[in-house]
Amino acid sequence: MLATAIIVFREVLEAALVVSIVLAATRGVTRRALWVGGGVLGGLLGATAVAWFAEAIAAAASGVGQELFNATILFAAVIMLGWHNIWMSRHGRELAKDLKNMSAAIRSGTRPMHVLAAVVAMAVLREGSELVLFLYGVAASAPNEASGMLAGALTGIGIGVAVGATLYLGLLRIPSSRLFAVTGWMILLLAAGMASQGAAFLVQADVLPALGQRVWDTQGLISDEGIVGRVLHALVGYTAHPDGIQVLFYLITLCGILTLMKIVNAPTRANPLAGAAAAARGMQNHSS
Amino acid sequence: MKKSLTSLLLTFLALGAGFSVAEALAADDTFNLTIKDHRFEPAQLDVPAGKKLKLIVRNLDPTPEEFESRDLKREKVIAGKGQATISIGPLKPGTYGFVGEFHESTAKGQIVAK
Repeated sequence: MLATAIIVFREVLEAALVVSIVLAATRGVTRRALWVGGGVLGGLLGATAVAWFAEAIAAAASGVGQELFNATILFAAVIMLGWHNIWMSRHGRELAKDLKNMSAAIRSGTRPMHVLAAVVAMAVLREGSELVLFLYGVAASAPNEASGMLAGALTGIGIGVAVGATLYLGLLRIPSSRLFAVTGWMILLLAAGMASQGAAFLVQADVLPALGQRVWDTQGLISDEGIVGRVLHALVGYTAHPDGIQVLFYLITLCGILTLMKIVNAPTRANPLAGAAAAARGMQNHSS
Repeated sequence: MKKSLTSLLLTFLALGAGFSVAEALAADDTFNLTIKDHRFEPAQLDVPAGKKLKLIVRNLDPTPEEFESRDLKREKVIAGKGQATISIGPLKPGTYGFVGEFHESTAKGQIVAK
């Protein structure tokens, strides 16, 4: 039972942390529970489907289908997280001003909730499909231990969700004027970490060169297998000994999203709306 | 800035494709691993250092297993009665551990590169 709980916890952890960051980042958005819940549900359905077709996926693309599939999911999530941040760099300041007086447009329709729901779904799908396969394996090989397995699985899920909830409650303690700046950075690092992970899958598939194995090795400092290493892996893409290409993907993603955020946020002549918004902000600052 | 980033990425992808082709031309050495009763056979695999290798893992058990090696930075789910190809290396001389994550207590092994 304990072994089951540990494995389940490991698989749940990453998805739970993604969900808690998304929940914190969408504080004040109406019907966000519906979006996030929908994302989790969609991810679980997807995970079951992926587990069902695991053999077909693995055999695809001359044996590297699984790697390509994982990399695709990760890069799709990176694009969506980047999109969300770029959107927020334009509208975030209005959101942060006052959560209660947020304009109705931002609260409901225009906020890219579907993007974040998709990110949640993809995180759950990726981790969940391995979980489904594992639990199926246990159930198939020892049918009379089903109750122990169920207890282990529930314990693992419970601890994973508890860690996610702790992060979420911690984030909620941040004053709302700063909350979106913090969640913005967390989402940025999440995206960079996922890009690095995606690159690792492409190296494994032999599609990309490693560009140097073990650029550094901090296994002695923070081990990949330990709880701290796993949490950091999920949050900021930590790995004890990365390939050169992982570092490259990490930095390109980080700089790419930051640059686009700057470009979009800059009030230019070409975009009178952004200019007007900036002017309005300036006026408000003077009067207050 | 955006343009230079794009061109950097394109160069980089082209470079990657070039590498892959060059690597495909040089035939990789292939090594076999079998999973049976949640154990790896052989538990120790000796391989040459400094070469690209292909690892073919056959799972004879009816249940799925996940080949995982933090040392090699590899993770791959292998379906019950299925098989998977994992490319590794070139490795520096040394010992690289791996486990079957779903049955970690029994499924352990190591690759020794010489």
